[in-house]
Amino acid sequence: MTEVKKHYRSNPHLYRLLAITVLWMLFMAVTRFDKFYTFKNFQTIAAQFPEFGLMSLGVMLCMMTGGIDLSCVGVANLTSILCALLMTKLAGESGVLSPATFPIIVVVVLVIGALCGAFSGLLVAKVRIPPILATLGVNELLTGICMVLTGGAALSAFPKEMTTMLAANIGGVLPVRLLVFVAMAVLVWFMLCKTTYGTKLLLLGTSEKVARYSGMKTERMLIRTYMTSGICSALGGLMMLSTYASARADYGSQYTLQTILIVVLGGVSPNGGKGKISGVILAIVLLKLLESGINRFQNISSYYISLIWGGVLILAMVMDYVTGDKRSRA
Amino acid sequence: MAQALLKATDIQKSFAGVQALKNVSLEIMPGEIHCLAGENGCGKSTLIKIISGVYQRDGGTLEFDGKTMDKFTPIDAITNGIQVIYQDFSVFPNLTVMENLAFNTELAAKRRIVSKKRMRQIAEEAVAKINFQVDLDALVGTLSVAEKQMVAISRALMFNAKLIIMDEPTTALTKKEVQALFDIILKLKEQGIAILFVSHKLDEVFEISERFTIFRSGELVVTGSTKDLDDKKFTFYMTGREFNDKTFVAENLTEQPILETRNLTLDGHFQDISLKLYGGEILGITGLLDSGRTELALSLFGIRPATGGAILRNGQEISIKTPQDAMKQKIGLVPEDRLSEGLFLPQSIADNIIIAEIEQLKTPMGIFDRKKRQEEVDHWVKEMALATPDANNASSTLSGGNQQRIVLAKWLACHPEVLILSGPTVGVDIGSKHDIHAILQQLARKTGMGIIIISDDLPEVLENCSRVLILKDGRIVHEAPTQEIDEKTIVSYMM
Repeated sequence: MTEVKKHYRSNPHLYRLLAITVLWMLFMAVTRFDKFYTFKNFQTIAAQFPEFGLMSLGVMLCMMTGGIDLSCVGVANLTSILCALLMTKLAGESGVLSPATFPIIVVVVLVIGALCGAFSGLLVAKVRIPPILATLGVNELLTGICMVLTGGAALSAFPKEMTTMLAANIGGVLPVRLLVFVAMAVLVWFMLCKTTYGTKLLLLGTSEKVARYSGMKTERMLIRTYMTSGICSALGGLMMLSTYASARADYGSQYTLQTILIVVLGGVSPNGGKGKISGVILAIVLLKLLESGINRFQNISSYYISLIWGGVLILAMVMDYVTGDKRSRA
Repeated sequence: MAQALLKATDIQKSFAGVQALKNVSLEIMPGEIHCLAGENGCGKSTLIKIISGVYQRDGGTLEFDGKTMDKFTPIDAITNGIQVIYQDFSVFPNLTVMENLAFNTELAAKRRIVSKKRMRQIAEEAVAKINFQVDLDALVGTLSVAEKQMVAISRALMFNAKLIIMDEPTTALTKKEVQALFDIILKLKEQGIAILFVSHKLDEVFEISERFTIFRSGELVVTGSTKDLDDKKFTFYMTGREFNDKTFVAENLTEQPILETRNLTLDGHFQDISLKLYGGEILGITGLLDSGRTELALSLFGIRPATGGAILRNGQEISIKTPQDAMKQKIGLVPEDRLSEGLFLPQSIADNIIIAEIEQLKTPMGIFDRKKRQEEVDHWVKEMALATPDANNASSTLSGGNQQRIVLAKWLACHPEVLILSGPTVGVDIGSKHDIHAILQQLARKTGMGIIIISDDLPEVLENCSRVLILKDGRIVHEAPTQEIDEKTIVSYMM
């Protein structure tokens, strides 16, 4: 009992999010049980959230350092366009992509993400541009490159072997995209909780100056963090390519703000230095459950979705305030 | 005896069941300079807030200027002539001096239209009262700490103040600025204004006040004339402990210097600094604020790498370009500003202790070794006698003295051979100050560590260092063993 209490005390925000989730699930059970509680619905949810879920993981890391990453959608779209082009090239004249090339594509995805992230990281750590401006600039730049590459049109004529594989469900049950998300989430969790990176990241986010005075390699930490964020976004882009079976310069533009909303809702302080991956993952799932639930009501337009997301974000903040959770505001 | 200006009798106040003030009394005469001293958390801030109407007292009586004050607000206090100048001065950095000074009057007069001419007149009158020379159109944010304080004092004087309470007014001031402040306080006294001066610095209490009151743990310990007070008594009243401070004598010096600089230069800050530090000694470096003493420490630690000259470690020339270089050479730095350079305030005490040695707390596989981390945290909490029930609490929950001990622990955990401390006891209560000095002396004697104390607290330097270097305008102007030099001589070299 005391263990549970202790856990609650150190994670009040997490439990409040959990409470909101449970309330929403109850509400859906009462109002639209047979439409919402279907295997197919949960499978769709699990297949859809990984694309913005992956991006959110990256934004979370950047926000823990006191920064932000607004370039995730640009990175994602650039990745998916370059992948579509690469797949066409690799397939050659036969037009069929051999599974042997899949690892090459994954490596290319990771490299694109790392390069874009490293570029943002350099601007933030070395040139000392405020992260919000640096990543906004990088996002515009990458979107511009995408526009030039595609002329603004959607790329859909590329071999679909790999994207079909990513869109499949293992044994007809488990979406492959969910597995990709889980793998990345476990990796990020490992970095945050099992290595010294997590402690250093949060302290760096509290004060870069004190971190430097404590002998931390602050520039390297920042660049590494933005690189990780870039990799997360690039994987998100690969997921988007498999969802839409096409690539375009302006897909998923709503994700820029949505990822920030998720990360803040998940209890990460926009000032840096505070946050837990468990909260962010719960926020990712909660947001998708809300969206999917609202879609079960035919007479409620999907335009209401932002209204409800905004409402939930403010509700979570107000709950923190009312319950006097000083630690979350410190 | 004349009628007291302020007469507080048997004041009680508790917060959430904790008694912050237990029947304390305080009497201030008109035109008197009265010093209120006590360690952090002794209740002096609470009493100030009761006198200025911020808190309501739970019991006792309060009389001001012959009137009984019951249930009054801060505005009532101001109209009655009680002004408080807080540590942060409560000035608007983004407004000009003139706007800051005229703001309250304009608000009080409920004016909606601003007249620059009228504001200038109000401001000129205000600064004239203390002969304060300042550009009225300068932004307050660009002024020095001392000038901001003068703005706050000028503003306080605009409301026919009879009592001005200054909450630790000298914390961020240089010696010269403190002197200027004291001159103003004496001028105010001539005008019949009483000053309640809150400080825990002994020399200031002696210099400026006529009478003093000391609190400890919410109780009145003693009140009386400053004439009857001496160094030992003051410390005893403040802490309830007796200290037998010994002047540090270096034993077991290493034959070779463990750290040496040759003509070390940082353009624009210091030139041609050649010094030798032996293992087992404590070297003092002192000088005025702009003498280059702070930058010298930063250069030795790689934050601001030197632009010329050489640094030698055990006789070998080394290059220190980053703090990591310095740490590889087993050099640690306790920086000057604990709050912005030394501590991650909102983060846990535990993380603050282990952050510098964190790379050593990994398993061979590179995994963060939580068990080892906990052992280190437990060890240093005990070793430094940190007053905390739980090392997972934020560092900001601790007093200045305990916070400084965290910074010290952070470096000692890295087992440095050279430890540089910049202003090691600034803003630290007197008990902790003695403890920190004892720790440093023991480190030098027992472990053979070479310690550099950079400080303008001359008694601190004389008591704890075996040698002292005096910096002026970026150069070493004098070097002497501390037994052969006194405060006056040091000051004459500094100025």
